[in-house]
Amino acid sequence: MTPLVAWEALPLAVVLSSLVPGIGIMLLGEEAQRARITLNLLGAVAKVVLVGFMLQGVGAGASYAWRFTVLPGLEFSLVGDALALLFVTLSAVLWLVTTVYAIGYLEGGENRRRFFSFFSLCVTATTGLAMAGDLFTFVLFYEALTWATYPLVVHRGTPEAIQAGRRYLVYTLVSGTVLVLGAVWFQVETGGVAFQPGGVVDPEAAAAQPGRYLALFLVLLAGASVKAALFPVHGWLPVAMVAPAPVSALLHAVAVVKAGAFALIRLLHSLFGIEVASDIGAAGIVAVLAAVTILYGSIRALNQDDLKRLLAFSTVSQLSYVALGVALLTPTAQIGGLVHLVHQGIMKITLFFCAGLLAHTLGVKKISQMGGVARRMPLTMMAFTVAALGMIGIPPVAGFLSKWYLGVGAMEAGMPWVVGVLLASSLLNAAYFLPVIRTAYLDATPDRWPSEGDARFGRIEADVRLLVPALVVALLALASGVFGGSPWSPLGWTELIVGRGDL
Amino acid sequence: MTSGLDSIHWMTLVVLGPLVASMVALAGTPRTLRLGLALGVGSVLVGVGGLWLTFGGGDPVLRNPLGGWGAPLGIDLRLDGLALVMLTMTALVGAAISLYSTAYFGDISFLPLRDSPAGRGARFFAPLWLLLWSALNGIYLSGDLFNLYVLIEILGLGAAALVTLAVTPKATVAGMRYLLVSLVGSLAFLMGVALLYVVAGTLSLELLAEEGLQGPLPAAALALMTVGMAAKTALFPLHAWLPPAHAAAPAPGSAVLSALVVKGSFYIIVRLWVDVYGVGPGPAVFVLGLLGAGAILWGSILALRQRSLKRLVAYSTVAQLGYLFVMFPLLVSGDGGGWNVDAWTGGFYHALSHGVAKAAMFLAAGSMSYAVARDDLSAISGIAHRLPMTFLAFGLGGLSLAGIPPSGGFVAKWLLLRAALADGGWGWALLLTLGGLLTLAYVLMVLRYAIDRTDPPTTFRPVPRRMEWTAMGLALLSVLLGFRAVEITELLAGALP
Repeated sequence: MTPLVAWEALPLAVVLSSLVPGIGIMLLGEEAQRARITLNLLGAVAKVVLVGFMLQGVGAGASYAWRFTVLPGLEFSLVGDALALLFVTLSAVLWLVTTVYAIGYLEGGENRRRFFSFFSLCVTATTGLAMAGDLFTFVLFYEALTWATYPLVVHRGTPEAIQAGRRYLVYTLVSGTVLVLGAVWFQVETGGVAFQPGGVVDPEAAAAQPGRYLALFLVLLAGASVKAALFPVHGWLPVAMVAPAPVSALLHAVAVVKAGAFALIRLLHSLFGIEVASDIGAAGIVAVLAAVTILYGSIRALNQDDLKRLLAFSTVSQLSYVALGVALLTPTAQIGGLVHLVHQGIMKITLFFCAGLLAHTLGVKKISQMGGVARRMPLTMMAFTVAALGMIGIPPVAGFLSKWYLGVGAMEAGMPWVVGVLLASSLLNAAYFLPVIRTAYLDATPDRWPSEGDARFGRIEADVRLLVPALVVALLALASGVFGGSPWSPLGWTELIVGRGDL
Repeated sequence: MTSGLDSIHWMTLVVLGPLVASMVALAGTPRTLRLGLALGVGSVLVGVGGLWLTFGGGDPVLRNPLGGWGAPLGIDLRLDGLALVMLTMTALVGAAISLYSTAYFGDISFLPLRDSPAGRGARFFAPLWLLLWSALNGIYLSGDLFNLYVLIEILGLGAAALVTLAVTPKATVAGMRYLLVSLVGSLAFLMGVALLYVVAGTLSLELLAEEGLQGPLPAAALALMTVGMAAKTALFPLHAWLPPAHAAAPAPGSAVLSALVVKGSFYIIVRLWVDVYGVGPGPAVFVLGLLGAGAILWGSILALRQRSLKRLVAYSTVAQLGYLFVMFPLLVSGDGGGWNVDAWTGGFYHALSHGVAKAAMFLAAGSMSYAVARDDLSAISGIAHRLPMTFLAFGLGGLSLAGIPPSGGFVAKWLLLRAALADGGWGWALLLTLGGLLTLAYVLMVLRYAIDRTDPPTTFRPVPRRMEWTAMGLALLSVLLGFRAVEITELLAGALP
């Protein structure tokens, strides 16, 4: 197999494919609806196509890199390697469906120009940090992501939204500043900031001064853990659910928390190297923090009546599966962690799309209002159920594979307590998701829904622009599980990354 | 040099061009005002362009005795990478401010020129600003201390006059205070210069550097000159005059003062400490650094407490100037007692980005005040929805100051942090980090007012588009500075002795 496109600057094109529409939309007027939608969709489709070429190329052994010197010794570098592509593909595909969904969800509302412009910028930052070839570029996009997301979080402009936005900014900006400090320290300490499979820290230097390197790691961890929503700095995420549903999808599945989890992966694997990180005790700290977060998030998700809040705490919990997996030494566990980055994204975006469908179509936002809703919106609830079962870890949905690999990997690593955490968390997942499903299917339908709009959708239960994306991602969640053995599935690709030693 | 035009011609052009233009503008008819500005901007841009073409390769310093009269008697002009970078920054910022001012002061042909404050501003802004520009360019290029004294005196007088253009009692008081500080500062500088002349018998920067100045008298001379220039740079705790003065000036004047004028006296301090004296590690640089730290913390805290937009931006200048002085202790921390190049390039990259970003912020703040005819923060409530481009310009400028990537401020912060950490200077590193967060806090405070729609202003005067996009242009430049710093940092590093 030969690469179809060998153009080195392909990663730059992937970044530009959403940057250009983002700027273009800002320059267009608020009323230029048709042009805005066209630009949005063109950009989203172009990104998926470009990423497809890159996937094929990397699968065939090609490599893509674009570099530009900013300062002597510091580069702006975008690299399309196998690990980067795992994240970029997730973002590109989910961005396309979220764009369609967001058009359906918000095109009637206010400030669409601002919304869709920053929506594109947000994905630009995400793909940029996914393909960042070094810590400097990573920090650049990591910070840009904060600013691109803020206007989306406060989109509604309500006091509640402003408050949530403020909290988001305080958390992310302080952590971003700490990350910059850590990044500079890393450069001073090790001489370079380029990401390398297996890490760039000299094992001997780390062995000679374990305390110093652990401190360096912890500073960088403090910078990365806020977006990864690790306990105890997860507080911004549940509050940010006041944002409109497409934004929640973006925060929880496509961009922000994924950026945090990816930062942990880069930190553990591409900067320190997992062996060094284990030797200095850093990986153990991440694993313990992740285990605590998994249980904490699941426990907080119990007893939530607000559906999106429940989902937010579920994200806090599920995201730490990624952190936990990549902090373990065995390849199997690392595969489990990496692949959950994708699986969690697909399943969680399904859940948020469904929550948005319920809120947009019927005004249903609380679980106590969901009685019998599956009879009114059967397809929506079917998608919801698939994703929720996946979150619990029931085969053949994708989540099962992640948990299986994580559990096996933990046993191989001789850490049976991790399996205990996984089991406890699965039970808790079941305890907060199953009642929702039961309510939706078995409880009595109310006489009136909270605010059923006047819009009629024919014989279909909701606006197709919302429904189709939800069904597509639910199918993806199912397919990722069923076809997990294929080399082009998320699991197959992850095995390729770890097998090649690209982590 | 094969071309007919040598660097001396370009150097003369950037100094004399704005001076001649200032004379033209002084004639005071709408036509000569516009002609003067065009002449000033044109001559500086052409001159700086010429200098870029002639500079480079070979000797890092170009020396030119004006009119064949070199040191120790005549006027010595010299150009190195640092001077070229500062000239270029001043030229770009100056061009934007000049354009902005033509719109800000309105269609001056309809103004009764003498009577109204606006008329006074319109009448005298251009001549004063062009005079300042000439003096600034002269300071960057000057090779001897006496010329520097003359130029810094012109700079101080012109700057104080710029403050009083608004003719309010407040502005007059602020301007007079500025004048007083400025005169006392120049006097201290002059005493130091005289002392040095007695000791060394020359005032040429280069000859003085060769002297290898040592001992109590040269040290006293340095102390006098530094205190004088520090007062003019508003280094904490000599900063109290700056916020009222910078806030009182008309918006383009504020931008000139905050972005450019204070850099002139700072530049002289650097020339003295680095080029002439080559001050090494010791208590002296540490004290400068501590004062800089005080400026960062105190300036930022006071900025957070302001309820007037322009005063907030002015206090931000006090804080940002602090970073320039924190450069000194980092600068002497290089390997084996040498200079730390990161500190040097980082410090001046900060000076550069601060110049661009602060001008953008003051111009944008000026547009906001212009629109609502008031200057308190509550008056700009919701202005983001009326003036989105100006709002964005202020925001981008502010984020660059705070060192948020991608921006010139981020590059500067990275370099300064690297300089601090390379030497284990955790105190300085934490200070820089904290300073960035404080900057964010006051910038976000303004942005929060600007997006808040609950209490929209009652009056709204449309803002000329030229005022909006000149600020935006500078803001974009401050962002672009974050993408490519290789050439500029190389030029700067080449200027380090």
